[in-house]
Amino acid sequence: MLSRVAESLYWLGRYVERAEDTARLLDVHVHTLLEDPWVDEHRACCDLLGVMGVPVPEGPVDARRTVQLLGFAPGSTSSIVGAIGGARENARGIREAISSELWESLNVTYHSLRVQEADAARRGPFGFFRYVRERSAVIAGTIDGTMPRDDGWRFLVLGRSIERIDMTARLLWARAGSRAAGAGWTALLKSCSAHEAYLRTYRAAVEPERVVEFLVLDRLFPRSIYASMLVAEQCLAELDPTAGRTGVDNAARRLVGRARTDLEFRLADELLADLPALLDRTQTTCSTVGDAVSRRFFHREATLAWASGSST
Amino acid sequence: MADLFEGYPVGVAWDEVLDADGRPREHSAPLVDALRELSPEDLDVRAAALASAFRDQGITFSLSGEERPFPLDVVPRVVDADEWDLVERGVSQRVRALEAFLADMAGEQAVLGDRVVPRRVVVSSSAHAPAAHGIVPPNGVRVHVSGIDLIRDEQGRFCVLEDNLRTPSGVSYVIENRRAMTRVFPELLATHRVRPVADYPAMLLAALRAAAPEGVLDPTVVVLTPGVFNSAYFEHSLLARLMGVELVEGRDLVCRDGEVWMRTTGGEQRVDVVYRRIDDDFLDPLHFRPDSLVGCPGLLNAARGGRVTLANAVGNGVADDKLVYTYVPELVRYYLGEEPLLPNVDTYRCEDPDQLPEVLDRLDQLVLKPVDGSGGKGLVIGPQASDEELATLRAQLEADPRGWIAQRVIQLSTSPTKTPDGIAPRHVDLRPFAVNDGDRVWVLPGGLTRVALPEGSLVVNSSQGGGSKDTWVLARDEVVAEGETTHDDLLPAAPEGRLLDMGNAVLADQQQQQQQGRVTC
Repeated sequence: MLSRVAESLYWLGRYVERAEDTARLLDVHVHTLLEDPWVDEHRACCDLLGVMGVPVPEGPVDARRTVQLLGFAPGSTSSIVGAIGGARENARGIREAISSELWESLNVTYHSLRVQEADAARRGPFGFFRYVRERSAVIAGTIDGTMPRDDGWRFLVLGRSIERIDMTARLLWARAGSRAAGAGWTALLKSCSAHEAYLRTYRAAVEPERVVEFLVLDRLFPRSIYASMLVAEQCLAELDPTAGRTGVDNAARRLVGRARTDLEFRLADELLADLPALLDRTQTTCSTVGDAVSRRFFHREATLAWASGSST
Repeated sequence: MADLFEGYPVGVAWDEVLDADGRPREHSAPLVDALRELSPEDLDVRAAALASAFRDQGITFSLSGEERPFPLDVVPRVVDADEWDLVERGVSQRVRALEAFLADMAGEQAVLGDRVVPRRVVVSSSAHAPAAHGIVPPNGVRVHVSGIDLIRDEQGRFCVLEDNLRTPSGVSYVIENRRAMTRVFPELLATHRVRPVADYPAMLLAALRAAAPEGVLDPTVVVLTPGVFNSAYFEHSLLARLMGVELVEGRDLVCRDGEVWMRTTGGEQRVDVVYRRIDDDFLDPLHFRPDSLVGCPGLLNAARGGRVTLANAVGNGVADDKLVYTYVPELVRYYLGEEPLLPNVDTYRCEDPDQLPEVLDRLDQLVLKPVDGSGGKGLVIGPQASDEELATLRAQLEADPRGWIAQRVIQLSTSPTKTPDGIAPRHVDLRPFAVNDGDRVWVLPGGLTRVALPEGSLVVNSSQGGGSKDTWVLARDEVVAEGETTHDDLLPAAPEGRLLDMGNAVLADQQQQQQQGRVTC
């Protein structure tokens, strides 16, 4: 498959996941700001923007401004609107390589954003968050039901998994780093749709140690960092089936595999104390894996690589 | 802009929001200001959104077999922090006294010996359950969950109307009302600092676990429901879901060798605590009604043997009998040595030969209630009854005076409510929920406000045209009650955020995107 097509599929997967996760995060964040009478709104909003890597603007920041920046800022793929725009743009360039249903559902989503934004201004943002979540479920279902399990599909799922790891790490980071009461542990679970699954698993009150354990290590919950790493690793293994007798030649696969085993054989008790370093490493892994995937498969700098003689 | 409060009548009863001169009470000012910004159309849009949110989620109660949404009024009821403080202490005090009464009744019955409550009152109660004798709850708690119904009289005082110590329902509406109001009316909630209600399931689970039989380290808790046709099934499933425990029916349980097990795909699993939402009568066909199909035979013996805890305990009905209710202020003084913080509504005991003639004399001016009725069943409001109804009532009273109490007609307080003709006063009550974990009685800050939707109606029951309101208990500054938020500082300070990987997309500005959109599609 063309490197350009592979790259577009990879980013298509990442942007859709990003839009969904950002909508989840904002939904719970705004809900908590409303529900918690003791919250320091400015502080909680600044923390959230910081975690999402968005520069904090001058002056007081309230929920409305945060939703504006992370939900509706048009020129940046770190907002929901921008990420959906990015996903659609990628899909537009590879319409022949994806199913027309997938293209349509992305396109419809993209075109209804303005109406949704106007609606959110009138009725509050919750309808918009819900819309984004539902549309990304439609897109995921369309992918699942219409795309052959070939390499194209693997790039898409790889992108989705890498983004999910990164976003789950950011969600944990948002709670772990925030002293404001805004982002409670229950809210964190809810933003990953993990609250009910958590309760059924542990049958006990929400406790930080267990929440972290669940979101980082759980083998069965599809949004945990471990489960997403496993999916990414499988995609990479299948994309590059030329493994020899020893080691793993593919840098991206090696990086994910090492990070995954590091999590798998870790004691749950150490998790909370080690969390900041762990999340930092996880995010580093995401970005280096992204680079490695790009070098290995997308050949953006092919001529440069040729000239410098490093051939991977 | 037309003022939503224009033409709002005051002075009929105590109004929760406006005083007798039509000015907003101090704590209501932000609510009134926010509502005044809205047009009737705005309010219609929100009300429609609330209704569809409830319908979509299936938040319903069933009435005579039909599923109906429980109408949620779009105007919340706001309770001031100081007033709530009184409610909280008063409810907690009452529950502690009733716990002491139940413990006493199961043991030496000193209260009867000391003639605080006449023996005949207790033994004649239809809820008097000799089967409950000898069951000693592991942490001493019999009233794990209670709902104490309060009203406000014409002077604005909170009074207790009745106690519900068996299987009080309605807390699911408290949780779901708040959720719906937050989503549908965020800017209104943002003008207040409202104490959250979402902690209820966690507090309930903690109390149920604390009630586990001795020696059980990691107890298995289940919610026992009569099944999907029960009117409160929605609540049973919500609580099970939010506690992360199994929702079981009687047929899922089996009692063997004095222990209770549930049938799972992995074999039978021991059950330690049963939060049962089945009435005593149907709980165990071996002891109570043998024709019960929803209970589980052997449950009561397992509880007697201390191998399983039933929550709430069997036999609590003797303490929330409406005739025993009239003695509760005495019970508070007797067991706690305290003055009751929340008064009873003045009540005549029809079984008292000295009081019966007066009741019969003034039948057309009083409210008559059957002592074991709930949900407003069998209640007769004298001034609104026909001569024929009064004659029937008189005959019933003379035949069975123990079966009735009488109260004066209280004009329940009113609260502004959305009606087809704009905002108008409607009568409301309040059911706070209390959870007893053995160490203390925790009162959920909020509770269920029920509202009588027909004009002038004093009956708030959902089965009789009642709706509900989200109840907003205002927070005091800087006071965080236990279990409400997690100010934990387990972790180091806020990390520097990393930039998101911006990816390969080159986003044009909005205008260009619109142009592209037109060309390509």
